[in-house]
Amino acid sequence: MAMRQRDKGATGKETGEIFRVAGPVVTATGLRPRMYDVQFVGEEQLLGEVIQIVGEKTIIQVYEDTSGVKPGEAVLDTGAPLVVELGPGLLGSIYDGVQRPLPVLQKAMGDFILRGLKSPGLTRDKTWKFAPKVKQGQSVVPGDVVGTVQEAKNVEHRIMVPPNFRGGKVVQLKEGSFKVDEVVVQLDNGEQVKMHQTWPVRKARPVKERLMPTIPLVTGQRVLDFLFPIAKGGTAAIPGGFGTGKTVTEQQLSKWCDAQVVIYIGCGERGNEMTEVLSTFPKLIDPYTGAPLMERMSLIANTSNMPVAAREASVYTGMTLAEYYRDMGYNVALMADSTSRWAEAMREISSRLEEMPGEEGFPAYLSARLSEFYERAGRAKTLSGLEGSVSVVGAVSPSGGDFSEPVTQGTLRIVKVFWALDTALRARRHFPAINWLQSYSLYTQILEDWFRKNVNEEWPRLRSWTQRTLQEEAELEEIVRLVGADALPPDQQLTLEVARMIREIFLQQNAYHAVDTFCPPERQFKIISAIKKYSDLGQKAVKLDVPTKDVASLKSRELLTRVKYETEFDKELAKTLAQMDEEFKKLGAA
Amino acid sequence: MPTEYRTITEIAGPLIFVEKTAWVGYGELVEVGLPDGSRKRGQVLDSSKDIVVVQVFEGTAGIDRQSTVKFLGETIKLNVSRDMLGRILSGAGEPIDGGPPIVPEKRVEIIGAAINPYSREHPAEFIQTGISTIDGLNTLVRGQKLPLFSGAGLPHNEVALQIARQAKVLGSQEPFGVVFAAMGITHEEARVFMDDFERTGALRRAVLFLNLADDPAVERLITPRMALTAAEYLAYEIGMHILVIMTDMTNYAEALRQIGAAREEVPGRRGYPGYTYTDLASMYERAGRIHGRKGSITQIPIMAIPDDDWTHPIADLTGYITEGQIAVARDLHRKAIYPPIDPLPSLSRLMDAGIGKDRTREDHKQVADQLYAAYAEGKDVRGLVAIVGKEALSDRDRKMLEFADRFEQEFIRQGSEEDRTIEQTLEIGWKLLATLDEAWLTKVDRKTLEKYHPAHRSGMSGMAPKVPA
Repeated sequence: MAMRQRDKGATGKETGEIFRVAGPVVTATGLRPRMYDVQFVGEEQLLGEVIQIVGEKTIIQVYEDTSGVKPGEAVLDTGAPLVVELGPGLLGSIYDGVQRPLPVLQKAMGDFILRGLKSPGLTRDKTWKFAPKVKQGQSVVPGDVVGTVQEAKNVEHRIMVPPNFRGGKVVQLKEGSFKVDEVVVQLDNGEQVKMHQTWPVRKARPVKERLMPTIPLVTGQRVLDFLFPIAKGGTAAIPGGFGTGKTVTEQQLSKWCDAQVVIYIGCGERGNEMTEVLSTFPKLIDPYTGAPLMERMSLIANTSNMPVAAREASVYTGMTLAEYYRDMGYNVALMADSTSRWAEAMREISSRLEEMPGEEGFPAYLSARLSEFYERAGRAKTLSGLEGSVSVVGAVSPSGGDFSEPVTQGTLRIVKVFWALDTALRARRHFPAINWLQSYSLYTQILEDWFRKNVNEEWPRLRSWTQRTLQEEAELEEIVRLVGADALPPDQQLTLEVARMIREIFLQQNAYHAVDTFCPPERQFKIISAIKKYSDLGQKAVKLDVPTKDVASLKSRELLTRVKYETEFDKELAKTLAQMDEEFKKLGAA
Repeated sequence: MPTEYRTITEIAGPLIFVEKTAWVGYGELVEVGLPDGSRKRGQVLDSSKDIVVVQVFEGTAGIDRQSTVKFLGETIKLNVSRDMLGRILSGAGEPIDGGPPIVPEKRVEIIGAAINPYSREHPAEFIQTGISTIDGLNTLVRGQKLPLFSGAGLPHNEVALQIARQAKVLGSQEPFGVVFAAMGITHEEARVFMDDFERTGALRRAVLFLNLADDPAVERLITPRMALTAAEYLAYEIGMHILVIMTDMTNYAEALRQIGAAREEVPGRRGYPGYTYTDLASMYERAGRIHGRKGSITQIPIMAIPDDDWTHPIADLTGYITEGQIAVARDLHRKAIYPPIDPLPSLSRLMDAGIGKDRTREDHKQVADQLYAAYAEGKDVRGLVAIVGKEALSDRDRKMLEFADRFEQEFIRQGSEEDRTIEQTLEIGWKLLATLDEAWLTKVDRKTLEKYHPAHRSGMSGMAPKVPA
């Protein structure tokens, strides 16, 4: 890539020598590299990156296992930073943390990951049908779409002039099928637009203008959309102790959110989880387009036993992929599971560098790195004037389930949505175990308009009624714990019952149930309206001295608990509402 | 023949510092020759042109500055062979059962390479352990890593042994074996395991690696890796289904901390090194199944968590890596309930893949969810009773309270030789659920309820208990 090439004199690349090896951190001498430039380390040319320069010594983090590597072996400075390849073929792929395709690694090395293998991120064998969108003689600027490739059934891949080009007049234009490294457009200044471009992972791709996030990222998860919505281009954190459902939530979002492209980063997590995604997603159908879900996804899998430095790089690799699709004018959702493992990778490297530690041994620059990362999210006008967004949902795994630890706190300072997972709810099998009192979304106000226009005018009012009821429940529970439920007046007893209905019927959602796993906003609204109706009629009945027990044990309530599982939802709901009317009429409250 | 150096400059805890060596590979195996003629083994932790840091597995006692140091030019390897089955080896992989040395079919590095996530097969085969709280509520599947979270004085070893004795995949005749890695447990505890293996004949298909309480602590760092290397060979090359029991992971983590402290590393939480997560993961992640290979590795690590505190780094980090945990609970043990497995904090993340129609039974998931919810509610009520007394309870509360008691006595409690089938487990579950009002069973859908609820099955739906008005 032109901007990253540097004149190194006649030799082109420099060679140095290893001085010291300590795990993933290698010290070399005899090099004059720049920070973050890629180095090939040792006889096997292991991939590494410069992370510190001290006088004559260059300190390199190596992305592969360094067992057996000796001082005295050669180090080669490539003079370029870590880049990823961006072009058709990213979707449906699975990569390691430095964009090596895992199927290619499997073919070359077998079932276990060995080291020293380099592979381009995009396959050179496949040809793609390129349809030009510009004309001979037309002027193009960086970011402009010069043509398209049908990458997946519902994703049109837009080939763009790379952001680091100068732009100019199109002097030559090709049409037909090409491989990713072929040139399709030639500009008058000599610049050549290929079917793919490369970009350094640690550098945010430029946009023309940042826009306010005013459209929700619909997730089909009731507790999220209704109570704590995230905007397209927004940021959210899901902290939770182990077993509270971070990964399930991330996977639910990848499955059902209404983004056109999803990038899923498995950062230092379990191998079997990636396998689960690989085995289940291709069978699932995108509810918005009808295409297999895998076709809109790209997976970055750097599991906990893969090299720790590559884990550190994996979040940037994923982010760069996301920005690239945003630049095409798409809404992209990025799932990072888990950002704590990324932070731990930083800690591990920092400790090997013998840096002065901050809180809990994490480096002092932890929160700066977190902010830099989350700031790459956002809704934006791209260089070519299109509108796109990157929404980021980061899982956080606080040690000891303690939210006061540095990664959680550093993340909460920057993200706008906080979905707090709760161990107590998990123990009660309340899923998703998102605590409704602790969580918040700062997008609620700004998204209100959208929900009013696109779902129902009453959305905000019902939302605050729901929150109020839950809040009231929490307060009443305190009293119940002291004096028992019978001591409460009937209307408050009913409030407790209604809150229970909100929790069991509305907030709980079964990710493994074919129907309940995805609940569109319209349906969310209907369910909560039905509960509200029950509550209103119930309060009327209680005022007429009907015992709370009788109100709470109506048949229609039982029906209401099951209606969310019904394939014929509307029909069943209508039946339930009719039953409700009738029963309350009998109690004299209709 | 590698050169012998006599250039030790410093000896600190389990580490020795050697200078003026030829260039040595990171992670290389080292042999230290003591003045008394004995030899110790170690590994290179840090290699530079100035100085090489070696960690000595058997401890540095007896090493002086005149001792010789030899770098062997390879990383640590284990001799593996089919003949390992039935053998008892030391924590460093040497036979200690008086038998002949193991003739290697292969020498394998004990630092296993990571399985390519793309090559993994998603674990989905139900392992019936015969223990209701595990099979019914926290199902174990082949290729899973499911630790026992326990504490000092709890019967985790008995539970592990019962699992090892009873574990089977229904309808499968494939070869099954156990690899047992002991790290810092007492002779007595090791004896219990060995006796049980012998009594049940399991020893014939088991390999035991024993690092006992009085063996060098540093050796504990290689014992589980030796065991997993043997397991990988038996599973992926011989095609056996291997259950790996590792006990006690707490001792392992302490050894890791000891090395970290000796190297003067910046400590993380509670003094454990910052890389403890990665280090534990490099072992736990060796569980799994691989596409196109017959065998599998299922792991049951056991840890006695200090002070029963799950936020302790050992438990906490393990929980973040493993696919759930089985909680061996002190309060159940105090009530003399065996096995004292508390389903509420327990979890099996791979359960959903392993249960349901064609695997266990179609109602399994719903029954499990409902049992959990009801038991959780019952336990909450218990807390309430302590404050307001039984009189103030609603009818629902009273029923739930009763349910929780019966659940502990009939579902959780079973004999240490009692091997329940999954049907028996689910039937006990339904029997208990039938004591509750049908309207409360919100986790069960209508169809399932009508098919499996005892009241419906016997055609006496009118007999289902009702809430008194």
